[in-house]
Amino acid sequence: MSASEPSGVETPHSIVTKKPEVAASSGAVPAAGPEEIAFDIRGLNIYYGAHHAIKDVTLQIPARSVTAIIGPSGCGKSTMLRSLNRMHELTPGARHTGTILMKNQDLYAPGVDPTLVRRRVGMVFQKSNPFPTLTIAENVLVGLRLNGVRDKIFLGRRLEESLRMAALWEEVKEHLHRPGTSLSGGQQQRLCIARAIANRPEILLMDEPCSALDPIATGKVEELIHELRREYTIVIVTHNMQQAARVSDRTAFMYMGKLVEFGGTEQIFMNPKDPQTEAYVSGRFG
Amino acid sequence: MSLAYDRYRKIKSTFMSALSVLCAFVVVLPLGLVLYYLLYKGIGSVNWAFFTQLPAPEGESGGGMGNAILGSLELMGLALLFGMPIGLLGGVYLSEYGSERINFWIRFGADVLNGVPSIVWGMVAYELAVMPHTLLGFIHIGGGFSAYAGGLALGFIMIPLVLRTTEEVLVLVPAAFREAGLALGIPRWKITVFIVLRTAIKGLVTGVLLALGRIAGETAPLMFTAFGNLQWSHGLNQPIAALPLQIFSYAISPYDEWHRQAWAGALVLIFIVFCLSLSVRFLSRERK
Repeated sequence: MSASEPSGVETPHSIVTKKPEVAASSGAVPAAGPEEIAFDIRGLNIYYGAHHAIKDVTLQIPARSVTAIIGPSGCGKSTMLRSLNRMHELTPGARHTGTILMKNQDLYAPGVDPTLVRRRVGMVFQKSNPFPTLTIAENVLVGLRLNGVRDKIFLGRRLEESLRMAALWEEVKEHLHRPGTSLSGGQQQRLCIARAIANRPEILLMDEPCSALDPIATGKVEELIHELRREYTIVIVTHNMQQAARVSDRTAFMYMGKLVEFGGTEQIFMNPKDPQTEAYVSGRFG
Repeated sequence: MSLAYDRYRKIKSTFMSALSVLCAFVVVLPLGLVLYYLLYKGIGSVNWAFFTQLPAPEGESGGGMGNAILGSLELMGLALLFGMPIGLLGGVYLSEYGSERINFWIRFGADVLNGVPSIVWGMVAYELAVMPHTLLGFIHIGGGFSAYAGGLALGFIMIPLVLRTTEEVLVLVPAAFREAGLALGIPRWKITVFIVLRTAIKGLVTGVLLALGRIAGETAPLMFTAFGNLQWSHGLNQPIAALPLQIFSYAISPYDEWHRQAWAGALVLIFIVFCLSLSVRFLSRERK
């Protein structure tokens, strides 16, 4: 945005805030080595019955970085996210055309088992959903246990690692036998994150993970995302532009099912190429 | 608004409240009277011998309904074995796997079956398990009254009951849990068994207990399936005594002693049903 913008128009400049110290101190870790691609999406169209939800989206999501998908309500961000681990298929009447390659493997090839896909691509939901009949420890390990892992030592180690990564270990290590629902909202969401990463998926999808959390819990989850991006590819859907600006390396702006613009986060917010993007990030519509 | 009108409204309100309280009493009163009368008539004959001994020969005093009490419990156990798996799995299908159209017809069928008089189920069990049949040329089934036949009849009654209550309970498990399980890459059937069923377990048990309470007092279907027995049964393929049956034959007999024992039997039967209801209440209680 040039300096000759008429006054009264809020520039995107004010929206971009500085990322917390954590990311800076982690050293010059490149977002994704020599551009390793996590998802190669080509010509994706998704229909729910007659409704055309995703229109011809082509996008490459880099690995080991945080990609945010932003856009107004109903633009298709959640559908886009759910297509990455084949969760959109659960809605009756869902079908798609186009391809999604994950690390060069076709996610939707005829022989591919969606269950196996979902073990490699984890998901955290908007409303935390720990299983009420399981303890905290059982919640974290449920993905492993129900997939046949029995080694107690391995499970114990994985439990601690996952809870540490989710910044929850210190708070719950004395209470691992308590039910998963005995935690506060923010802790429950971090528990769900621990549960998702206990599976060690290569990619973590987050669908508005902080929208039900208070600012302090939100801050903790965002710190978490900064820590995780060193090892995981994270795709986060958020309706909170400031959050997208804080946590992500790349941002995709979607509107009415179309991908309007995709690029580095700073560029999207400071120097958007498309006028629709500019209108959205400067708050002219939402 | 005048003062007189206000007073009229107050009087009318008090009158209606009093009427409601009276109606509540009228509903509970017969229940109270029946229980009281049962206790009054039956408690005298309920003793240790009643629970452990066989009926005495006709006309003689003493003896008990030990075989009938045990028989009723055995029949309930058999009914559970026949009725619970089918009802439970059917409910799981309706809730987790079925489609709109199929579900409609299954529910409709179950509701119709729930309305079938129990004696009709007795007849079905009679034809299937009491009449002799030969399967595949060499497997002989039936050919007499038996506990199996009685359990089958009672199981038939249980199936549509358990099916409906199971479905109702499973549908209440939030979809979010199934989604969370799927997102972890857990196979569908494991989600159903280890997450959905586990979450709903209290409701499932409640449904089964309610069905048991319903069949505990069924008499008509047992009349020509279990048939009754004045001795201890030596195997499940023999006729077996049951509390309702025994109460019936004692009540229509000409012997005072047996009448007294019939009252005691009724009291014990009510007590069994009461225990089942209490368990249901206990399981459904609000925690914290």
